[in-house]
This record gives sequence, structure tokens and C-alpha cells, in this order.
Amino acid sequence: MAGKSKEQGGDENVPFMQQLLDNPFILLFLGVASPTLLYIVWGVIEVAQIPIAQ
Amino acid sequence: MALAAKFRTCPDTGLKVHSQAEALIKANAVLGIIFLAVGGLFGLLVALTRWPAVHLLPDELFYLILTGHGANVLLFWIIFFEIAVLYFASAVLLNCRLAMPKIAWLGFLLMVVGAITANVSVLQGESTVMFTSYPPLKAQPHFYLGLILFAVGALVGCFIFFATLVIAKQEKTYEGSVPLVTFGAITAAIIAVFTIASGAVILIPTWLWSMGLIANVDPVLYKVVWWAMGHSSQQINVSAHVAIWYLIAALLLGAKPLSEKVSRFAFLLYILFLQLASAHHLLVEPGISSEWKIFNTSYAMYLAVLGSMIHGLSIPGAVEAAQRRRGFTNGTFEWLRKAPWGNPAFAGMFLSLVLFGFLGGITGVVLGTEQINLIMHNTLYVPGHFHATVVAGTTLAFMAVTYLVVPLIFRRQIILPGLAKWQPYLFGIGVAGISLFMMGAGTLGVPRRHWDITFTDAAIAVDMPGTAFLMMGLNGLFALLAATGGLLYILIVVGSVLFGEKRTEAVAKANPVIFDASTVKSYGSEEHPKLSGTYVLVAIFFVAFVLYYYVNWKFLSEVWPLS
Repeated sequence: MAGKSKEQGGDENVPFMQQLLDNPFILLFLGVASPTLLYIVWGVIEVAQIPIAQ
Repeated sequence: MALAAKFRTCPDTGLKVHSQAEALIKANAVLGIIFLAVGGLFGLLVALTRWPAVHLLPDELFYLILTGHGANVLLFWIIFFEIAVLYFASAVLLNCRLAMPKIAWLGFLLMVVGAITANVSVLQGESTVMFTSYPPLKAQPHFYLGLILFAVGALVGCFIFFATLVIAKQEKTYEGSVPLVTFGAITAAIIAVFTIASGAVILIPTWLWSMGLIANVDPVLYKVVWWAMGHSSQQINVSAHVAIWYLIAALLLGAKPLSEKVSRFAFLLYILFLQLASAHHLLVEPGISSEWKIFNTSYAMYLAVLGSMIHGLSIPGAVEAAQRRRGFTNGTFEWLRKAPWGNPAFAGMFLSLVLFGFLGGITGVVLGTEQINLIMHNTLYVPGHFHATVVAGTTLAFMAVTYLVVPLIFRRQIILPGLAKWQPYLFGIGVAGISLFMMGAGTLGVPRRHWDITFTDAAIAVDMPGTAFLMMGLNGLFALLAATGGLLYILIVVGSVLFGEKRTEAVAKANPVIFDASTVKSYGSEEHPKLSGTYVLVAIFFVAFVLYYYVNWKFLSEVWPLS
């Protein structure tokens, strides 16, 4: 079982970054949203702007 | 929950192991190894055909086998094994029951049916569309259906993993943060969700198109979305095998990360940016702007590369610190010389780390740079690169951890321990050769996915240099070496599971396979490590990186002179 070390501090004073890293569902949101926006949505917009051949 | 949670306590690690989690880990690992055997055999046939003096298969069969090779090793072997890793990193490392085991079995069943369906479709000969299956190449509908079923099953596995994390937190089976290895598995699962969702978004319409239900799938749109699956699936591997490097170092040596916070931050960089590297497959695509290409590769991807370089410092550093704690303090490299090189789990892990970094990592950055990508795009350099990442990196790491999974989860002793010592070296050196010689041939212009590099009867004659043929011959020789290592792995693992001595408590006490299980379960960093050897290794890496990057720019200037 993971014990708390001095690095982690008490529950009342958990730094923001650690709260972020301890929440797998926020990470899941970020990990899906980031590539969806930057890679897929932006990429699809690029492809959609290609003029259709006459 | 429907099934009563039954646990055993592992005599080696002291971990509570949920029986359903254990059964699912075994089932997924076994299926993974079966598909590795099939895909590996196909790979050998491909290499023997690319060897000009052998040129084994006729053209149509070559493309069929190449399609099967890609699907079996890049998807089925890897993802079955990764689901096993996810269940281990959640239920076992967090000492809790696996969420919804019946649903987990359903997911497993979907993956099995999907993988078999896709294989049948390929072997029937009407779905020779390569791993990428770019339209307008059209496979049989059950090829796409098989991939979709497999993806849905894998997605179920990811959600079981997340649900298990919730159970562990609610039932307070751990305190504070999850262990670093579990955090690495979370990273892999997050990338898997994005990967599988992207696959569904593009494969479902392609499946409908193959049945004639929709008229057209735009090829460029397909490429953009497909690569969100095709490349990101390999990023699941990276996260999973980095987690396994930490796991093996912790179990065998009691190695702690140099800094938990920094290692977790490196995984966060993977979560945010690693999938964006998919764009390097589209760097010469007309119609897509340089802004999109350069942002996704040369900016965002470098942040993910930073993550890899942090792990690349942290893991050998953790090994060095642990070895020095154990008394190997003489000189710069006694810790490395006296590392357990005869233990296949350690040897496989360290070889995987070195080969992934030097061969896969550096060439990945080169491929991700828009300008120098031009000199090797769609050549054999690309498979050379990903054999370094996926085979020398991921597969070798998965092989290494199997030497711990068999005694700890299957409760069997490893058979043929003398041969097992050599297996990671045979496989690792073989794959390093495959990777190097394919990249060499690609640099000389040999195209990927081509049965005949001489382009016999082509309208415009192509004259490959003699060195390219030499490279392809060496690639074939090293493929034989890697295949020997792969075959040995399968013989040892299957033989151990079926015929190995049962690992009772007495046998476990007499034959310990791990040094310390407490490190892998806990949060904490190495304190005041002395890392002179690791700094030398990292310096060598950076010199190699800079030189190779420079050489490719120089090469570009020579093939495309400006005056």
C-alpha cells in the first residue's frame, strides 16, 4: 500500500499540480481533449478547406 | 458486485491478488503471446522476401502477409498484453478487486473474436490493404468489423481499469497518490481511450463504405483520423513500456525514481502531447498547412520527447542509485558492470531502454522534423524507426516483464534458465540490426511496402545502389537472429506455463525472483543520489542525438542543393 511520504504533505495542503496528477478523470479529459482539438479538429478543418476539384 | 472477491496473498511480493484479476491477466497475456507468435512468423516471411537473394514470397502473398504482420504485432499482441498490464497495475498494485469482472471477460471475448475475424479476413486474401487500409483500397467488411470489435473490447478493458481505480480509492486500499507504475498505466489507458475512439470514428464509416452503404470515404480525411489511431496506438506502448521499466527496476533492485514529481510530470507531458506525433505521417500531405504539421510535430511533439528524455535519465539513474546503495560504488560504472545481466528481466529491460532511446527516440525526432523528413518519408526508414520503438522498445520490455509474470502470476518456475539468459540478447541484437539496416536502406531510397526494390519493368528505371541490397541482406540475417530470440521466448514462456515447476511457498522461498516489492507499491524518490555513470551515459546520448540530427540536415542539403 502506498504510504504518504514527506513529499506529499497533508491532505489540507495538497498543491494544485498534485491534485491534478491524482485525479485520473481530469487527466483523461485533458488527454482526450488536447489531441482531439490540436490534431483531429484542426486537421479536419484543414482538409475541409481544400477546394473541390472542378 | 456479482462475484465474491477472492484473494490470495503472493508469497513473493506480499501483494493481495484478486482471483478474477489474476485470471484475466493470464488470459490476456496468453492471447497476446499467441498473436505475437503468428505476427512474428509473418514478420520473418516479410524479411525473407525483402532479402534480395532469397525473395521468398510471390508478390500477392507478400502484401497479404505484410497486412497480417502489421495487425497481429502492432495491434493484437501489444494491446492484449497492455490490458494485462492495466489489470496488474490497478487491481494487483492497488491491492483491490477488479471492477466488473464479467464485463471484463466480455471485453476480452470481443477482442478475441475481433482479432480472429480480422485474421480470417486477411488470410482469405480479399483484405490485402496493409495495416493502414487507406481508401480507396477496400477490404472485406469483416476485416473492419474485426478491428472494430477488437477496439470495443479494448475500450471495455480501459474502462474496467478506470473503474478499478475508483474502487481502490473508495475502499481505501491505498493512501495518497497511486504508485508510479500505476500512474504510467493511467497514462497508457488515457492514450488508449483517445486511440480507440479515433479508430471508431474512422473505421465505422469505412466499414459501412465496404458494404456499399455509403458512397465515399475521403482519403485525406481518412489519413488524418486514422493516424490518430495508428500512431497513437504506439504511444500506448511507450507509456506502458516506460511503466514496465520502472516496475522491473523497482522489483529487481529496489530502484526508486530520482524524483516522483518529475517522473509524473514526464507522464503528464505524454498525456498532453504524445498523440500529436501522429502528424509526422502526414508531413508531405498536400492540402494540409505547415502550421498544423509543424505545431503537431516540431513543437508539441518535442514536449513529449522531453518526457521521454526525463524517463531516459530517471530510470538508469534510479538503477545506478539502487546499485550504489547495494555497495557497487567503485568508479563510474561498477554499478552497471555488476548489474544482474544474467537475469533476463533486467537484461531485457535495460536493452529495451537503450535501444528505444538511441535507435527509436533519436530517429523519431528526425522523422518528426518537416524538412529532414523529406529525405526518408515513406521509405523503409519508417519501419526501421518503429521496429526500434515498438519491437526493441515495447516488445522487448514486455518480454522482460514476462520473466517476472510467469513466476509471480502463473506461479511457475521458468524452464531452461540457461537459454532464458540469452533470449533478450538474441532478440534485442536481432531487432537492433533489423532497425538499423532498414533505416540505412531507407536513407538510400528503398521504399517501404514494396515487394520488388529493383522496380523491374517500371516505366522509369530505378537504380538502387549496391549498398541498399547489402542492407536488405543484413536485414534478413538479423531478422533470423530476432526470430530465433522470439521463438526461444515463446518456447520458454509456453513451456514454463505448461510444464514449469509449480512455485509453491517453499519453492518461492528457495528461489527468490525479486529483491524488494515495497518500492513499487510506495510513493517516494531516491534521496541524494550520486549519478556520475548516468550523467556519462546521458552525455553520450546527447552527442549521438546532435550528431545524427546534424548529419541529416547535411544530407538534406546535398540531395536538394540550393544555389
